[in-house]
Amino acid sequence: MNNIKGELVGNNALIRFAVLALAIVLGLNLAARAQDTLDIKIGYLRRAHHQETISLVQMPPPDTGLAGAQMAVKDNDTTGRFLNQRYSLIDWHLKADDDPATAVSELARQGISLIVADLPADDLLKAADAGTANRMLFFNAAAIDDRLRQKDCRANIIHTAPSRAMLADGLAQYLVWKKWVRWFLVVGSHERDKLFAAALTRAANRFGVKIVLEREFKDTGGARRTDSGVVQTQQQMPVFTQEVPSYDVLVVADESEVFANNLPYRTWDPRPVAGSAGLVPTSWDASNNLWGGIQMQDRFIAQFKRLMTSLDMQAWTAVRMIGEAASRQNSADPKIILDFLKGPQLALGAFKGQKLTLRDWDLQLRQPILLTDGRTIVSVSPQLGFLHQFSELDTLGYDRPETQCKLQQ
Amino acid sequence: MNLFWTSWTNKHCVVLLTFGVVVGFVCPASAFTAYVSNEKSNTVSVVDTEKMETVKTIKVGQRPRGIELTKDNKYCLVAVGDDDTIQVIDTKSGEVIANLPSGPDPELFILSPNGSLLYVANENGNTVTIIDMEKRVRLGEVQVGVEPEGMGISPDGKILVNTSETTNMAHFIDTDARKIVANVLVDSRPRFATFKSGGSELWVSSEVGGTVSIIDPVKYQVIKKINFAIPGLRSEAIQPVGINITKDGKTGFVALGPANRVAVIDAVTHEVKKYLLVGQRVWHMSFTPDEKYLLTTNGLSNDVSVIDVASLKVIKSIPVGELPWGVAITKQ
Repeated sequence: MNNIKGELVGNNALIRFAVLALAIVLGLNLAARAQDTLDIKIGYLRRAHHQETISLVQMPPPDTGLAGAQMAVKDNDTTGRFLNQRYSLIDWHLKADDDPATAVSELARQGISLIVADLPADDLLKAADAGTANRMLFFNAAAIDDRLRQKDCRANIIHTAPSRAMLADGLAQYLVWKKWVRWFLVVGSHERDKLFAAALTRAANRFGVKIVLEREFKDTGGARRTDSGVVQTQQQMPVFTQEVPSYDVLVVADESEVFANNLPYRTWDPRPVAGSAGLVPTSWDASNNLWGGIQMQDRFIAQFKRLMTSLDMQAWTAVRMIGEAASRQNSADPKIILDFLKGPQLALGAFKGQKLTLRDWDLQLRQPILLTDGRTIVSVSPQLGFLHQFSELDTLGYDRPETQCKLQQ
Repeated sequence: MNLFWTSWTNKHCVVLLTFGVVVGFVCPASAFTAYVSNEKSNTVSVVDTEKMETVKTIKVGQRPRGIELTKDNKYCLVAVGDDDTIQVIDTKSGEVIANLPSGPDPELFILSPNGSLLYVANENGNTVTIIDMEKRVRLGEVQVGVEPEGMGISPDGKILVNTSETTNMAHFIDTDARKIVANVLVDSRPRFATFKSGGSELWVSSEVGGTVSIIDPVKYQVIKKINFAIPGLRSEAIQPVGINITKDGKTGFVALGPANRVAVIDAVTHEVKKYLLVGQRVWHMSFTPDEKYLLTTNGLSNDVSVIDVASLKVIKSIPVGELPWGVAITKQ
C-alpha cells in the first residue's frame, strides 16, 4: 500500500515536474517568438549619374531616388511597428570603375537579398545575373529601356520605372485625344534620344498619328546654360524649326537635355511642344496632388526639404512593394516576396487613383502615366476610349501578345 | 364630424378619424436637412430632403471634406483640410461660429456616442487628435499608422477604430487608455470604418484593394471579405469608400467610387444583392433618420443621388456644389 502510494506520489511529482518544465519551455518559446523581430534589409544600389539640365530648377538633387527609398522604409517601419517587422536600407554607391557584380556579392554576404537598383541597363543586368546564385530579387527603379522588359528581361528584375514605350504611349494617347495627330518629331543625336524617338514612332503608328517630318538636332557640345545664352537660343530655335510641312504639335526626344527645353515659345510656327519638354510624360511630378498625392508630397518635403522627383517615386514604390509583400506574407524571403508580387493578391496603393499590379509576362509594374507641364498635371493616361480586354493600363507599353520576354526561372 | 388626432407613433403623422373610426392618415414626407460638403467649391450645400433641392449654400474654409452633425443637431462640423481646422456651423443661422483645434489636415472625424469628444484623423501627422467638444480644446493624440483616414466608434464608445491608408490597417484604440490595443491588416488603402448598430461587426472599405473587410471586433479577425464584380467594368474602377448599414443590421450600402454604383449588401450573409447606378465617383452617404432615403455624394457629376431604401431604387439627383464629398443629415 505504502509503496503503491509512494509510487503514485512519486509519479505525480514527476508529472508535475514535467508539466512545469514543459510550461517553462513553452513560455520561453512564446516569449522568444514575441521578441523575434523580422529584419527586412534592403540594398540600394546606385551609380552616380551626372545629368546636366537646361533648366536650373530641374537639376536632379544628389539623393534623388535614395530619398524616396528612405521614405518608404520609414513608411514600412511604421507598419512594421505593429507587426514586429523592422526595415533598413543599405546604400551602396558604385564608384566609376566598380563592378556591380562584386557589389552584389558583397551585399549578399551581408545577408541582403532584396535590392532596389538605380543603375543603367547594362549595370543592372550584370548585377541581376550576379545575384541569381543567391536567389536575389532586384527592383529596377531607374532604367526605362524597353529591352529590359523585352529580349533582355530577367526573372529576378521587377520594374517600377515605366518603360520608354509606356511613357511614349501615355503621351501619344493624350495628343490623339486632343486631335493633334500631325507631329513634327525632333530627335537629339545621342543614343537614348534615338531610343525615345523610336518609342514615340511606335506610339504614333499604334494610335494613328502621322509624323510629317523627323529632324535631328545635333549636339555639338558646349554648356547647357550660359550668361547670355538666351539671346542666341531665341534666334536659333525659330530657324531650326522652319520649313516644316503643316503640323499640330512638335514632339521632341531629347533625354540628354541638350536642346528640348529651348523649344517652347521659340518655334517658327506657333505650336505646342511635347515629349522631353513642354508636356512631359512621367511616373510622378512634384506638382501631383491627385488621389491623396498631396499627403505624399507633404511627407516628402517635411523629411527631405526638397521636391519629390519621379526617381524618388519609383524607388518609393519599389520599397513599398517589398513592405506590402513582407507585411502580408510575414517573410523577407525573395521567392515568397516575388510570388506574392506576381500574384493576383497585389493591389498596390501608390497615389495613382487605382491599384497597381505586375505584368506577369515581363514583371513591369502597370501604372498610369502623368502628363505634366512642370507646374500642374495636365492629364493622366490611359485616356478615355483607349480600351483593353483585361486592363486599360495595358494599352501603355508592350502588351502580352507583343512581348519578346521569356522569363527563365 | 372629423376628429384630428396626433398619432402616438409619429408626431408628424395625423390620423384621420371619423366617429372614432380610422379612415386615413395624413403624413407629410419627412423633412430633414442634409449638409453636403463640396470639396472644390469650398461650400456646404444645405438640402431639404422633402423638396429634394438645395435651399442654401454656406461658404466655408478651404477643401471641405468630412462632415458630421453634433448629437443635438445644433452644429454642423466640417473638416476644412487646407485650413488645418474643423469649422463649426450653427445650423440655425448657417454661419461658421468657431474653429476646432483639429491638428493638421483633418479629413474624417467621429463624435463619441455621448457627443462630448471628437476624434479626428490627421492624414499628415500619422495621429488621431482628441478634442473636448464643450471646451473646444485639444485633449491629446494617439500615434497610428501612415495616413490615418477612416474613423469608427463602437456603440458603447469604448473602442475607436482608425484606418491608415498606407499602413493598410484598422487600429483598435481603447478610448479610456488612449492606446492601440490591436491592429488588423486589411486590403490596400482602407478608407472608411463603421460598426453595425449592435457593435457585433466592424466593416472596413479598402479603396485600392477593392474590398470590404468584415472584422470581428472582439477577436480582431477578418471574418469575411466582400468582393465586387460588375459586368463590363474593369476591376480597377471598383473602389469602395463610404459604408452605411441600416439600424436593424440587415442591409449594408457601399459606395464604389468611380464604378458610379452603390452596392447593396445583405448584411447578415454578406452577399452582394444589387448594384445601384448613381452619379459619378460616388464617395460618402447618409441615411435620413427614418431610413427612408439614402443620400450619396457624387464627386464628378456635382450632385447627390437619392436612393429609396425600401424599393432599392435611385429616385432623384439633386445638384449641389462642385466635387461633393460628404453628407450629414439632421434628426429633425
